[in-house]
Amino acid sequence: MTSAQELQVQKKRELENKEETTIPVRIFVPVADIYEAENDLTVIMEMPGVDKSNVDISVEDGVLNVEGRLDLTKYQGLQPLYTEYNIGHYSRSFRLSSKIDQNKIAAEMKDGVLSLKLPKVQEAKPRSIQVS
Amino acid sequence: MMFADPFDALFNLQRALDGRLASEWLHDQTASQGPFPPINVFQHGDDILAIIELPGVEKGNLEIQAKENTIRIAGKKAISYPEGASVHRRERTFGEFDRTLSLPVQLDADRIKAEYRDGILALHLPRSERDKPRNIKVG
Repeated sequence: MTSAQELQVQKKRELENKEETTIPVRIFVPVADIYEAENDLTVIMEMPGVDKSNVDISVEDGVLNVEGRLDLTKYQGLQPLYTEYNIGHYSRSFRLSSKIDQNKIAAEMKDGVLSLKLPKVQEAKPRSIQVS
Repeated sequence: MMFADPFDALFNLQRALDGRLASEWLHDQTASQGPFPPINVFQHGDDILAIIELPGVEKGNLEIQAKENTIRIAGKKAISYPEGASVHRRERTFGEFDRTLSLPVQLDADRIKAEYRDGILALHLPRSERDKPRNIKVG
């Protein structure tokens, strides 16, 4: 890992929803890293400003849904003077390529970063087959 | 969707933030080595509050310095990938950052407070007493 690399601002991507919301509020797509090991899939998402109690994770019909709600109370009584980014709730979905044991999903939230460990179900793991 | 109740509040806030996007208030005063991290500046009563998005940065890797009306935010964001895993997506960025912010008001550097929670750095920047407006009686 090179540490001399200088960080650049990533432009926030807005969620493009199938249904529109009645109030044109904007929802953002959290940036994600995903990697797969033999037994599980790890999904890491950045959702700054989201407390761990405001995260919803579900897997339904092979689709992982993650939603994070921003706590707006800390913005009460503040007058913006100068802004470089906008804020909003977060939402992102992934169609999973392997079967996940939904009951064993482990989630951890630290410093605005959500880490999910999605364990694969037994039949989805690769097997080595002996040629007899 | 679960985002039902605070829609009005959020919508108004998003509009207010858009309204001040790249306002003149700081114009050329964010001289720095790079535009990371992005900063929002708010007025809170008499004082200034800067809110900075820094997800995934260890508290110990953050360095904040203040002098007169200038704040420096420097640090390092590290990401480690496990060995042997196959990467499907790599969107997160990591590296070093160093940004200096000069505010157009005088600050009370001794009373500056920094809070880091849920990946958000909040800098409470009190205006110095001699910078605050005074009522002048017409004699």
